[in-house]
Parts: sequence; C-alpha cells; structure tokens
Amino acid sequence: MKSHVIVFPGSNCDRDVAVAIKNISGHQPQMVWHKETSIDKSDLIVVPGGFSYGDYLRCGAMASTSPIMQDVVKKAKEGVPVMGICNGFQILIESGLLDGALMRNSSLSFICRDILIKPKNQSSVFTKKTQVAKMPIAHNEGNFFVTSEQLKKIRDNDQIAFQYCDENGNVSEHSNPNGSLENIAGILNENKNVLGMMPHPERAAELAHGCEDGKTIFESILN
Amino acid sequence: MTNHNWQFQTEQSLVENHGLKLDEFEKIVEGLGREPNLTELGIFSAMWNEHCSYKSSKFWLKKLPTSGERVVQGPGENAGVIDIDDGDVAVFKMESHNHPSFLEPYQGAATGVGGILRDVFTMGARPVANLNALRFGEPNHPKTKHLLSGVVSGIGGYGNCIGVPTVGGEVNFHPSYNGNILVNAMTVGIAKKDKIFYSAAAGIGNPVVYVGSKTGRDGIHGATMASAEFDEDSEDKKPTVQVGDPFTEKLLLEACLELMKEEAIIAIQDMGAAGLTSSSIEMASKGDVGLEIDLSKVPMRAQNMSAYELMLSESQERMLMVLDPSKEEMARDIFKKWDLEFEVIGKVTDTKRLILMMNGKEEASIPINILVEDAPEYQRDYIVEEPTPIKEYKSEDFDQNNILKDLNTMIMHPDLSSRKWIWEQYDHMVMADTVVRPGSDAAVVRVHGTNKGLAMSTDCSPVYCKHNPYEGGKHAVVETWRNIIASGALPIAITDCMNFGNPEKPEIMGQFVECIRGMGDACSKLNYPVVSGNVSLYNETNGEGIYPTPAIGGVGLIKDLSNVKTLSLKEDGNFLCVVGKTANHLGSSKYISIIQSKEEGGTPEINLDTELRNGNFVMDAINKKLIASAHDVGEGGILVAISEMCMSGNLGIIIEIETNFPHGYFFAEDQSRYLIEVSPNNYDKCQKLANNNDVHFEKIGIVGGDKISIKNIGDQHISALKRSFEKSIKQISQ
Repeated sequence: MKSHVIVFPGSNCDRDVAVAIKNISGHQPQMVWHKETSIDKSDLIVVPGGFSYGDYLRCGAMASTSPIMQDVVKKAKEGVPVMGICNGFQILIESGLLDGALMRNSSLSFICRDILIKPKNQSSVFTKKTQVAKMPIAHNEGNFFVTSEQLKKIRDNDQIAFQYCDENGNVSEHSNPNGSLENIAGILNENKNVLGMMPHPERAAELAHGCEDGKTIFESILN
Repeated sequence: MTNHNWQFQTEQSLVENHGLKLDEFEKIVEGLGREPNLTELGIFSAMWNEHCSYKSSKFWLKKLPTSGERVVQGPGENAGVIDIDDGDVAVFKMESHNHPSFLEPYQGAATGVGGILRDVFTMGARPVANLNALRFGEPNHPKTKHLLSGVVSGIGGYGNCIGVPTVGGEVNFHPSYNGNILVNAMTVGIAKKDKIFYSAAAGIGNPVVYVGSKTGRDGIHGATMASAEFDEDSEDKKPTVQVGDPFTEKLLLEACLELMKEEAIIAIQDMGAAGLTSSSIEMASKGDVGLEIDLSKVPMRAQNMSAYELMLSESQERMLMVLDPSKEEMARDIFKKWDLEFEVIGKVTDTKRLILMMNGKEEASIPINILVEDAPEYQRDYIVEEPTPIKEYKSEDFDQNNILKDLNTMIMHPDLSSRKWIWEQYDHMVMADTVVRPGSDAAVVRVHGTNKGLAMSTDCSPVYCKHNPYEGGKHAVVETWRNIIASGALPIAITDCMNFGNPEKPEIMGQFVECIRGMGDACSKLNYPVVSGNVSLYNETNGEGIYPTPAIGGVGLIKDLSNVKTLSLKEDGNFLCVVGKTANHLGSSKYISIIQSKEEGGTPEINLDTELRNGNFVMDAINKKLIASAHDVGEGGILVAISEMCMSGNLGIIIEIETNFPHGYFFAEDQSRYLIEVSPNNYDKCQKLANNNDVHFEKIGIVGGDKISIKNIGDQHISALKRSFEKSIKQISQ
C-alpha cells in the first residue's frame, strides 16, 4: 500500500489526511512537494484541503498549474485512484479531471460544521463501504454547479459520489448546507477512479474527533 | 501653533503630530545631545507611544504575579511559555487590535490574528489554536452590524486560510463600545522546551536578516494611531490600517519552523507594531548590542521609499533574525523554496547604537538605551471611585409566574444567546486535534500525537469591572479558571489584554489600578500567574471611555483526554447538582440588565478561599471519575446555565429544589459556582467529598425528558428554547 499526499503552498489539511491514512492503513503516506514533477508508483494520490495559493485568482486555479499536477492528471488517466478533499476538489475541477464548478456558498459565508452525506454511487472504490455518514465541512466555495447536459451525463453515468442528506438519508433542501445542485457533496470521473468531495473525512476518523464515520471512505480505498 | 517657550529648530507641530509631548522631546534632545532628524523623530515616536512603551501601565503591571513552577517564560518576550510535561511547552499571548478594527473591521481583525500568530511562532511554537474576545456597541447601533460582520469574517478569513483552528472566544454588546469596539486575539502554540527561540541579538558581526513580505507604505504610524483617542475625523486614519495576507503568513510560518529545526537562528523577532523600528531595537536591547542596518537592502514594494517610511511601515508578514553566518546559505534556500524574501540587511555591532544607512548616507544613529531604558514611564494620578453599593433584592418584588418567560427573553439576548453564527464562520477543526469545539466552557485541543490536551478560555465581565473594578478584575481571572476546571483541566496560567480609556484621566487610571489589584489577588491565590499580555489604552471617542475591560485568556492542561468534560447533559436519571452557595445576588446581573433594562445593584464579590475550595473539589471529582458533565454558573445565573446544558445535550430536567425566592435562586450571579451532572451511583461519593472539603453541594433535579420542568412554576420545551437561543446574533448581522 503506497499513498501520496500532494503539498501546495497554502495546503493546510495535508498533515491531517496523512495522519488519517497512517492510522487506518498502517502505512505512512509520502508527502510530495508541488514543485516536483513525478510521483512514484502509487495506490492512492490525495490532493488535500487548504488554501493553495491563498485561493487567489480562483480557488484551485493556480495550484492546478503546479508542476506536479501534470503527473497527477497522467496517473489519474492511467487509473490510479486520486482523491481531492475540499480545496483538493477545487483543484481537480480546475485541472479538468472532474466536471462542474464550485461557487461561493449560497449563504455567502464560510461554513464550518458537521453535515451528513450518503453515497449515490455505491460501487466505486471510494463509496462502496459508506452509508449515511457524519463529518465536517469547512469551506467558502463548495456550492457545486454543472450545466444541465453535464448533470445528465454524470447522473446517467453514476458519477454522483455523495449527496448531503438528513439522519434518515433523505436528500432535501433542508439538508443542503451550501446551495449545491442536487445536494451534491462529491463527484467521480467517468472511470470512477477520481473522487472530489467537499466534506472532510479525515476530520471524522478517530474517537477523539467525536465521530469516526469518515474512516469508511479511506478503508474502502486503502484495504 | 508655536508655543513661546519653544526653543528648538524642529517645528513644535511636527513633534506634536508624532504624539510626543514637549518634555518627551526635551528628553530626546538631552539623550542625543542634539535635535533628532525626521527619521529619528519617527523612531522615537514609534518607540515611546503608549502601545510600544507601556509608559502608563508598566509600573502597575509589575505588581502582577508572573512566576510559578510551570512558568518557563513570563512577560517580556514575544509570548509567555508554560511547561506542559514530557518536554513540551505551550506558548501563548493575547493582543488587542481595537483601533484598526473600528476603522476597517475586516483588515483590522485579520491583521490582529496575523500579528498574534507571529508572536507565537517567532518563539519556535507551531500555533494550534486561536481564540478571541470581542466587544461591540449596542446590537441596534447603526455601526454594529457592519463591525460584527466585518470582524468575524476578518478573523475567519485569516485563521481559516493559515490553517489554525479558531476554537473559542467571547463576545459582548454594550453601549460603552459604540465608538470603540474591542478586538482581542489570542494564539496558543506548542513547542519543545529545549527549542524555544528568543529575541536577544548576539555575536558581533553576525548577519541581520529580513524575511517574509516586501515593505510597503501601509500602516505607517499605526502604533501611534492606536495610542490616541478617536474623534469625528478618525475615519481619515484608515490608511494607517495594515492589509493582511494570510497566505504569505502560512508560507512564513512553515519556512520559519523548517529553519528552526536547524541550529541556525541566534535571535528572531517578528515585525509587529512599529515594524522594523521596534523589532530591530528590541533585538539589540535584549542582547545589549548595537545594530547597523542598510535600509537600501530592505525588500520594497513601492518605489523611492524613504528611511522614515521604511522604519515606520507596518507591512505585515515580516520577520527579522540574526543568523549563524555559516548557515546563511542553507537558510536562504529554505526561504527560496517557500517563495519568500530573504535579504541580509545589516549586522550586529558592539556600538550599542542603532545605525541606519541608506545609499551610503547615515540616516540615524541612536544609542539603544535612550530608546528603551530611558523611555518615559509615568505614575499617572489616579482616583479610585467608590464601587456601586450592593443592593438587596426581595422576593416580593418579582412575579414568579414570569420565570420561564424571563428565561426565554434572556437567552434570546445577544449577550447570552448562541454564538453558533460566529463560530461556524471559523474553521475550528483544521489540524484535526480539536476535542471540545466552541460552545462549551473551554475549548480543548489535543497536543498532536499524544493523549493530553490544552483547555483554553477567554473571559471578562466589563459591567462587573465598571461597578467594582477590584472585584471585576478578580472575576475575569476566576471565570477562566472555572471554565478550565469545568472542562477537566488543571488551570496553569493566563495572558491578559488590558483595554481601558484614557489613562491621563485619574478615574480611568483608578479603574486600571483596581482591576490589576483584583487580578493580582486572584492569580496569587489560585496559583495562576500571568505569563504574557498587552495593554490598549485611549479607547475613547469624543471623550467617552469604554468600560474597563481586562480580557483574560487562560490555559490549562488535561493530562488524560478521557477526563475531558463538556456541558452537555449526558443521561436520563442522572442528578444535576450545584456546587457553591446561591445568595440571591442579582446586582449587575444579566437579569437586571436584560429584563429590567437597568445597571444597578453592585458587582458580586468573590471569596477566593471559597473559589479555591470549590474549584479543587470539582477537579478532584472529575479526576475520580464521579462527574458526567460540568458547567460553570456564569452570567445569567443557574437557570441559564441549566438551559445551556439541556440544549447542548438535547435532554430535559425536572427541577425539584424548593426556594422561597425563585428569581433570586434562578438568576442570581453569586460566584464560585458550578453545575455538575452525577449518576445516582456516584451521588453519595460526591456529597461526601464535598462535605470533607467544606464545599456547599446540593441536588437541583433529575435529568430526563425533553423539557425543563420547575416544580410549582411550569414547563419549557427544550426545542422551543433552542429556537430562541439561536436567533439573535445572526439577526444583528442581517
């Protein structure tokens, strides 16, 4: 089991996700500085959360042009599992690996709190073990949007990874924290080996966090 | 403008515009043996203003207890340091950014956070938590909405981006802050005891290195502005507010911590208030050496900056260090990796002078000791006013049928309502070590990779301080102590942020003196010393001063995280008990201010012996695993505290205790009290432990159901209460 966590200037969840992966898989992931140009053979590449390049220009836009991203895109196209969390999701969209856009939250403010999600796709390497799960979100730009044609495509192709829901798994406006289209909290690429999600499973990954629901996402991919 | 006594070449108005008094200018001339040039005048102005020199407060601050067995570094460095076992230390400080936040709330608050973060990581600590203490004017004052929204997004904007969780704080609304809001920011960091970095420059000939952002023209004279009162024209001072860049600070943090792993840094100081001036002078003074700086080497953002501008700019995200010359190249590579400026701008000398060169010309030459040791220090006149007398209230003056209605009104008030709207805008979980989130008595953050944690809390009750500054000073210290105990921790030390009006007014100085005396007594009794702090005076607009506000930030240690307590009720059938006596003290209470719209009745007094006994009892009971949840009884009294426990745990309670003065019992703000939830099995053990320690302990009721039921009074559904509780702060912002 070999995993890699990309570190951009301004990443701030790189350590958190590395700790979660270490605790769950027993293996220490390798941290990869964004100025490097290639990643060794990998079973999982994580693009972590944070404020890469201070979110200047547009969230994720500058990081998507970092030298390392060429190899991340190449590896993703070869089928290596790639997971982007929060700012990582924004970066994967900006790199063209995932569809859509992440706009400002409908409340126009930063939101940090626990939410519930459930998988729509139930067969991908990332989603197959998860049911209704509680974990935090912490973002300003997590309001997912796609054009109606793209929405049809990702729906038909079972690319909706997670949706915001309530305790009973109901997907409703009430359970939508940021205005995302169809309550989408995470999506997959066509081949289902690239996941982008706004919630932070690494912050709900051990007892001290008060909730361990985020573990299953890592467990399904790491074991 | 010219005074007929003025005998100097330098224009009197120029001196006055620099915030210096005639006798202070005379002192400069005497020290230098000549009149200062403009750059030198600017430097004196920056060093001798209230903000940097503590000239009105120093004499009194020295009276606070600052030592203790766990104190590694007390006041005088960038931040205080305490021992938290296993070779680890916690590094923390609170600082004000009041004046800039009133002028420009987003940037003012943001750069306040940035500044305090730098103070902590300058000492080699990784910041692990941010807290704050905020005061705004009346909720319906026309400025409050804009200021509240701006300050909250500024704090969030900086902390969220740099990736340090904002885990706690406090916020009050009171008319005395209509023209002067208070924004106090606190940072707590963790370091290794043998890897703490200090600011004393050493090693003649060693390079003085500038790192971080470039220097621009922003924030010139910021510290001088912060040392003056506001008037109608204060809006014009907006350009003195700095602009923060949390992204650069994140890079600076990582680069500094990376370099600190090597044996390269001899001294380091952040460029905060008064920028390059205070940082260079501080380093030279602490090390008893001189510095020679070539200002033309300073990385500049703007063209043609003068020596004066370079020395007084408060551009953010900059550091000054003295390096081991053999490590210079290695250090340069680290900063290059992080895309930050790295420039050798001078050297350590044996002249004990600050010598500034620019393009080969000497711009300033000042003996360091005149700037620091000879800085003015005042023992200002003060008057201690009589405290507001304590009023006895009687049961017959209140209608007990209104208890639940009054409760609803109180928890809807912005001073007592939920702060969720605020903390949801702060990332309070990044770093994945937040164990107790905002909303409990104290926040708890795990020490990364261990099973121990730090509990922290900020507090102050300005109304208490106004009506009895001595008791108010005691209260601010003791309230954080209680919060930390209720979370399961051992309280260790505090940082203080002393926010007051104009110290040249004897009654304001009297408030300062009395608050310090109260704080000192509480700190001594509780073995809870002051390790760092900051003073913000001249918080006045058009001659109206704020209420005395000595905001306190306390830090405690939880050796075993399984002992962490929160205020949420845990289980049906448990008993809810109160520790400490209730004696119907309604004076200065939230009940009187919210329900009766009055400020009267005097500040509750604290018996420090009782405080210590009650606190030790709760600590002991937690360590013996006898307690399910704990909460201190603060503003609003017992019924508000019970409601908070119910709402947080989504559990009701049947209150059985009988009282002949329900308003007194339920809303009084008598001190030294806690609510604790105890299982029926542990009740006798708790009762016995209390008896053995001479602690007043009584059962109030039984946990269960979905409402608060008070015998002979009525019922209140928790869900409805919660709706009231969560409304008001959000409404102010809309």
